[in-house]
Amino acid sequence: MILLWLIVVLIIGGILAWAVARAIPLLSRWISVVAILLDLALALYLAVQHLNAGPWLAQADWDWIPQFGIHFHLAMDGLSLLLVILTLFIGLLAVFVSWREITTAIGFYHFNILCILAGILGVFLSLDLFLFYFSWELMLVPMYFLILLWGREHRARAAIKFFLFTQISGLLMLIAILALYIAHYRVTGIYTFEYAELLGTPLSPLASMCIMLGFFAAFAVKLPVFPFHTWLPDACAEASTGTNMILAGLLATTAGYGMIRFLFPLFPNATRTFAPIAMILAVIGILYGAFLALSQTNLMRLLAYASISHLGFVLLGIFASNALSVQGAVMTMIAHGISTGALFLIAGLLEARTGSRELDSMSGLWDTVPRLSGVGLFFALASLGLPGMGDFIGEFLVLLGTFRGHLIFAIVAACGVLAAMFYALRFVQRAFHGPNLRQLHLPDLAMREGFVLGVMIVALLWLGFYPQPVFHTFAHAANHLPALWR
Amino acid sequence: MNAVPMSHGLILGGILFAIGLAGLLMRRNLLLILVSIEVMLNGAGVAFVAAGSRWAQPDGQIMFLFILAAAAAEVSVALALLVRYYRMRGTLDADTARGLGE
Amino acid sequence: MLELLWLVPAIPFASALVLAVVRLPRKVVAWLAVASIAASTIISLLITYSFLHAPPAGNAYTEVLWRWLDVSGFHPDIALYLDPLSLIFMVVVAFVSFLIHLYSTEFMIGDDGYSRFFAYMNLFVASMLTLVLANNLLLLYLGWEGVGLCSYLLIGFWYRDPVNGLAGRKAFIVTRVGDTSFAIGLFLLFQQLGTLNIQDLMRVAPQSWHVGSGVAVAVAFLLLGGAVGKSAQLPLQTWLPDAMAGPTPVSALIHAATMVTAGVYLIARTHVLYALAPSAQFAVAVIGAATLLLAGFSALTQHDLKRVLAYSTISQVGYMFLALGVGAWPAAVFHFMTHAFFKALLFLGAGIVIQALHEEHDIFRMGGLWNRLPVAFWTFLIAGCSLAGLPLITAGAFSKDWILWGAASAAQGSTGLWVAALVGVLLTSLYTFRMIFLVFFGQEHTPIAKKPGAAMLIPCIVLAFLSIAGGYIRIPFAHFLEEVLPWTTRVASAVPLSETASATAAGLVFLLGLVLAWFFILRRPSLSSALVKNPAGAALHRFWFSDWAMDWLYERLFVRPILWIAQIGKGDVIDGSYDGLALLTQGGWRALRSTQSGKLRWYAAVIAGGTIIFIAVVLFL
Repeated sequence: MILLWLIVVLIIGGILAWAVARAIPLLSRWISVVAILLDLALALYLAVQHLNAGPWLAQADWDWIPQFGIHFHLAMDGLSLLLVILTLFIGLLAVFVSWREITTAIGFYHFNILCILAGILGVFLSLDLFLFYFSWELMLVPMYFLILLWGREHRARAAIKFFLFTQISGLLMLIAILALYIAHYRVTGIYTFEYAELLGTPLSPLASMCIMLGFFAAFAVKLPVFPFHTWLPDACAEASTGTNMILAGLLATTAGYGMIRFLFPLFPNATRTFAPIAMILAVIGILYGAFLALSQTNLMRLLAYASISHLGFVLLGIFASNALSVQGAVMTMIAHGISTGALFLIAGLLEARTGSRELDSMSGLWDTVPRLSGVGLFFALASLGLPGMGDFIGEFLVLLGTFRGHLIFAIVAACGVLAAMFYALRFVQRAFHGPNLRQLHLPDLAMREGFVLGVMIVALLWLGFYPQPVFHTFAHAANHLPALWR
Repeated sequence: MNAVPMSHGLILGGILFAIGLAGLLMRRNLLLILVSIEVMLNGAGVAFVAAGSRWAQPDGQIMFLFILAAAAAEVSVALALLVRYYRMRGTLDADTARGLGE
Repeated sequence: MLELLWLVPAIPFASALVLAVVRLPRKVVAWLAVASIAASTIISLLITYSFLHAPPAGNAYTEVLWRWLDVSGFHPDIALYLDPLSLIFMVVVAFVSFLIHLYSTEFMIGDDGYSRFFAYMNLFVASMLTLVLANNLLLLYLGWEGVGLCSYLLIGFWYRDPVNGLAGRKAFIVTRVGDTSFAIGLFLLFQQLGTLNIQDLMRVAPQSWHVGSGVAVAVAFLLLGGAVGKSAQLPLQTWLPDAMAGPTPVSALIHAATMVTAGVYLIARTHVLYALAPSAQFAVAVIGAATLLLAGFSALTQHDLKRVLAYSTISQVGYMFLALGVGAWPAAVFHFMTHAFFKALLFLGAGIVIQALHEEHDIFRMGGLWNRLPVAFWTFLIAGCSLAGLPLITAGAFSKDWILWGAASAAQGSTGLWVAALVGVLLTSLYTFRMIFLVFFGQEHTPIAKKPGAAMLIPCIVLAFLSIAGGYIRIPFAHFLEEVLPWTTRVASAVPLSETASATAAGLVFLLGLVLAWFFILRRPSLSSALVKNPAGAALHRFWFSDWAMDWLYERLFVRPILWIAQIGKGDVIDGSYDGLALLTQGGWRALRSTQSGKLRWYAAVIAGGTIIFIAVVLFL
């Protein structure tokens, strides 16, 4: 029941926030904060209550449209729990960062944010493929509005691009889901979208591969995987800061989660056949993202490419599919959510202060905002994979695992870690170091901003130095993956 | 009874239809286009009547009556539109009536 | 006592954290920074005392702090490992850091980044201590990257000048190239042996691999890549001279005494692997010998006081690599220790000189300082003699003679390596005394602006004492290390000389260098300038001055292509293909739109034509 509340609270909060915005805009922001905090409390309650209750911490199952075998089946295991907490955390930050930035249509903005969060939670919690698809699409439309209504100059183009990419790939997944549904009916005579029942559906290799590719398309666009990544930089360059944090930090986790939860268990053989191609794409993405990040002048665009590069490790780790690499991939997702979220937050703070997203208009900011610069340096270092932070643990495990079976991929990807240095250091140099050419005098981190970033620093260091509890929480979900191929 | 073979009727209908179509395509005046449409309808009507007499069925003539009724209705609406159109544009040239193309 | 080991890196780390986060007055900053390192030093000395008096079982002590991670068979701990080797490194690092911190409190007093400076420095010390104390290679890698980070931050400490930032990035990136190789080495080790715990590795490796096996060689070479990057050896040495852009205490601590010897530590720590891979070990020796010669020549031509010292550092670390490569393990560690003393002192002296002369770095604009900065002069002279190897007295001579003897007599020694080392002695002596004569003798070129205070002089005096006294503990030192790092001896010496004869030869070569330097710099300065002016000499001079044109080469080979690729890729080629798709759609739209002309008669004609075609198809097909 709590699982349902997790989603419902957000939607109710969103509607309320929308309703009251015209009268009292500030209340709308607070309602969003309270809704997310309430959700966070629920999630933590679940965590504390059921952490050792077996693979599934909690389940809830209702008939939804019984004629078609559609259930409202929610379930949470350790992996979903962690990702839910991450989602709510980043969502909270997204609301927080829009406090000053969003001044128009405040109610609708918060409605959209909360709807997206509800959609993401739905993705992490649903065990019914129809519900999964429903949640998947629930993320898209509000995101389209977020980009379109609160974006920068070329927002319409970016919003349409985002929508086309995700919608088309989503439709491919819908076709795949229906194909699986019908294939299952042909064999068993039962119409069902239930994950557990669809698991062992016998499929010919060709059918299995086609259906798998349908799923993969949706996940690949969302992750994003090279060469389906090009919507992300455009969207990030145009969207507001809070939107960017969700775009780059969270949507990727839904894709990674989808691969771990659905793609591999449903199609063990097809994924194995497909793995080399996916890994090649991953490695290309790592290098390609890093190189393109090097030459960007728009800070948001730079971070988007950096994000693409990091997410290549997630794809690599999942498809290398051994115990080390999969756990590394999950760790990378979590750490990336935090560090990229923080970097976008910092970029947003810089934009709020300097009035621009262009690196050229920043220089020598250390002179005037030393604390903000120091924090920016910290997260840039996290991004370049410095040991002692979560990103390092994730990427190291991915590489360590990949190295076992796929030596070349691991070596090339390791060079990708090296390439990450180029853009990270360039970012630090161009924004914070150098002479203060424009003689800027800007306000340094405010109390609230400092607190939020401080929490993220602590979280990242915690993941870097004592990640074991996190590994322990999702170990079950990640560990069964390599076994599928045997 | 079989004074006129059906093929003659059909040929006549076909010729009428073709004349009407040619007029429809070549004329630019909307009024004359309407007239051409009437000619085409008549061509179709002749074909119906010829077919009806071939099988000695009344249906062909009933259909012709239907066509007449439809044509009358059509003409009345079309003429009203034409009058409106002429008042608005000051011309009945069909080729100038292009709101889409430009 | 040993249980306090964790405090040794923890205290500097905690103080770095405090300095980074809390805004404190200068006095408190200085006090906190120095006190934390002092505490670390005292604890490490106490630990040494207890280690010597009551050696733990197996002559090694492991302190597990917590389990870092535990992922399907991969379970490194955050754990510290103390044995004679790490103990020596720990004590030297902590102690030299303490002296340099003390020096910095005065040296950096006018800087507005005072607190930031000490935060970075303390973080560096913490990372360095973690590096040497780590019990597994992953933790070692953490310290390894940590020191690289601090090196980057401190080289670019004066961030307002983009040149400094560039030097910092160069240092970080070049060393990270080596680190990538190191990391791949770790992957390979884990894949083959299933653990990264150093002691386990050293125990398992000889059982799993035979001498010269391919995997062992690969691992040894990959680790060597990391060591070469961090220790500024060929072919990754180009970052160190530029790293002199940082404040002088940084150069003393990071780029002379401690961090650049991390590669030496790594190889010494994993010497078992190198014993299994003779070809890799030989490569270490060759790299060391080549580096010490090339850097020696480059040092001869530099104008910038700190760059002379930087090349000298590269060259001296080359000696350590040579010693490692021939199997004279303790000699390398011994040279690390003496080098830490005298090279730190040289940099501290250079800092005094440079600050006294208004940030003047050019040795040709110095001169005649010997009676104006007496303490600096005498300590600098002692350190210089130690560097050049003044026989019988200085620590540097003891350690270098030991290495020479190793090159002749240790397992992998050979005549060529011995000769290279001997030529290196000549070069060292030449550039050292060239530097000393130009800076402290001759005419005065620049007036003195500032005299050093006590906080800057005391560390110099202490280090000067150690630069001499450090040499006399060679025998107990070797004995102490024997169990961890035994000297490997070849059956018959490669060079038909006794140890004494080898040392005598070095002493004579040292004298030759001294005399030559005196002759060319003080006696006949015109001769040296004539030498530089003639075309061949000028070309050679330029070549050496630019570090054998390596920077030039790398710029063209790597930097520009990478930037070029990034630049042409800027617009995202892949996105172009999607734009192409969009254009295609647009083209189709245009083509179809033209049929919707709005011409009534055209529509009618199309309808008629279409009907005819349709009927025809139905009828005739």
